[in-house]
Amino acid sequence: MDKVMSNKWVIFLYLLPATLMIGVLVYIPIAVSGYFGLFDWDGVGAMNFIGLQNYTELLTDSTFWFSARNSFYLALFSTLALVVYLGVALVLSSKVKGRELFRKIYLIPMLLSSVAIAQLWIRVYDPNNGFLNTFLRNIGFDNPPAWLAERDTVLFAIFVAIVWQFAGFYIIIYTAALKGISEELVEAAEIDGASPLQIATRIKVPLISGVIKTTVVLAIVGSLKYFDLIWVMTGGGPNGASEVLASYMYKEAFNRNNFGYGSAIGFALLILALLTTVVIQKITKSKESQ
Amino acid sequence: MTLLSTVKTKQNDSSGLKRLGMGIMYLILVGVAVFQLYPLLWLFFFSLKGNREIFGQSPFALPEDWLWENYQRVWTVGNMDTYFFNSVFITVTAVVLTLLFASLATFAIMRMKWKFSGIALLFIMVGYMIPIHTALVPLFSMFLRVGLLDNHLSIILVYIAYHLPLTVMILSGFYSQLSREIEEAAIVDGASIHRIFFQITLPMTTPVLSTTMIINMIYNWNEFVFANTFLSSDSLRTLTVGIQSFVGQYLTDWGAIGATLVISIVPVLVAYLFLSNRIVEGVAAGSVKG
Repeated sequence: MDKVMSNKWVIFLYLLPATLMIGVLVYIPIAVSGYFGLFDWDGVGAMNFIGLQNYTELLTDSTFWFSARNSFYLALFSTLALVVYLGVALVLSSKVKGRELFRKIYLIPMLLSSVAIAQLWIRVYDPNNGFLNTFLRNIGFDNPPAWLAERDTVLFAIFVAIVWQFAGFYIIIYTAALKGISEELVEAAEIDGASPLQIATRIKVPLISGVIKTTVVLAIVGSLKYFDLIWVMTGGGPNGASEVLASYMYKEAFNRNNFGYGSAIGFALLILALLTTVVIQKITKSKESQ
Repeated sequence: MTLLSTVKTKQNDSSGLKRLGMGIMYLILVGVAVFQLYPLLWLFFFSLKGNREIFGQSPFALPEDWLWENYQRVWTVGNMDTYFFNSVFITVTAVVLTLLFASLATFAIMRMKWKFSGIALLFIMVGYMIPIHTALVPLFSMFLRVGLLDNHLSIILVYIAYHLPLTVMILSGFYSQLSREIEEAAIVDGASIHRIFFQITLPMTTPVLSTTMIINMIYNWNEFVFANTFLSSDSLRTLTVGIQSFVGQYLTDWGAIGATLVISIVPVLVAYLFLSNRIVEGVAAGSVKG
């Protein structure tokens, strides 16, 4: 019996397509990205080896740090928003009628392309014809901001569109996790006189802490990689105010043809994403052992 | 008597509180639902308006004439038909191959007996963490060198490679709970390993295959960065990239832009209408496992 199930040739054959594709199209490129970062190169011409110059330049590049700061803000906002999503999920997981319908409605934006979402929200924010500012004027704000066109509001405006896109995703994850909590435990607490709020914060939330940890990683790493929506909505503007790491990388490589420098930014992005994941794992682990 | 009355008032209190709590809960749930749905409804309405209405009247008004011509116009003049079929072709090809390769690999890892299966699983799953922007420049130059730039094959290949990790992750969760008895009986009966995979194990995984199929479909249908970077001919563009270029040309024609966005959204919404349970489940499975 084991003979059939441990046939080395078959194992090799079955694994080959997946591992070959991931190896060639995922792992080799990220190594090559670090390597390309060592060159001054426009993508077509000769590659001039310049050692670590791109990487040292990165350390003093104010646009890079400004983009990193914006990415960090988006990560922070996205993590804080998780509290709200968790709250909604707790409400959804109680015995309200129509919760299945609500769940399904909440997920709809997540199914749409970021491009379509961005194009829609550009129009929502339109200073003259969008519904947001018309609404604000109707209720008495005479001079509502031009949202995407102003340095002070652009990042926040983008963040709201991000919330619109991903709220359903996180709410679904949390409700799925909350579904796994045993009814008996909740009932026992009810008999003991625990209020719904106590049951939520003392019993339900601690029980799904593993999933919460996963979502924190997803939200932070996802924010570091964020691109499509920002690229379409503002292109990093106005005047670089909403530049993030991925959009800066894309601009350097594909608009300015700095393939070497763009690769260095891309590699830094990878390191940041991996570091963040490790740090979060460490922090949450030490908390658990306390 | 006194005891009984205090118990009674307590009950009244709590049921009043309960009703208030329920009211607040519904307020929250409905509020979120309106936030998620209203922008889409607004999009649908302005896709049926002409510029006179969009720029001259309240954005909250219903369309006066219901200009369905907007849809006809963008479908033919705006090349939407080409983009649409490109998206269908790329999505279907990539999804079928992703599921096949992922199933083969998961079978080899989870069902067959060999020493390094854990390492193989890790190798595939870590690919999930890689930010695609890091790989973008190397992939671009790789495809340029082998002549795959501006070719649907490059897009299909990267879609498969970058979605294999998540697909294997979800499949392996299902495989680990699958009973081995049927497979073992088939081995005793002298079935070959290929027959066991294709005729016994694979059909048993239909539920999880449909879940992963839908997730992959949505991701591929909506993908932007790869398609935007690797395809340059207008005739090869996918719907997401096509929308982008279309909007660039018709900046002030909101009705046409709205119609384009709705056309790109409708297939996903129709799929969701029929398969919402699977999609909700798939979203939850994909991340809770991670």
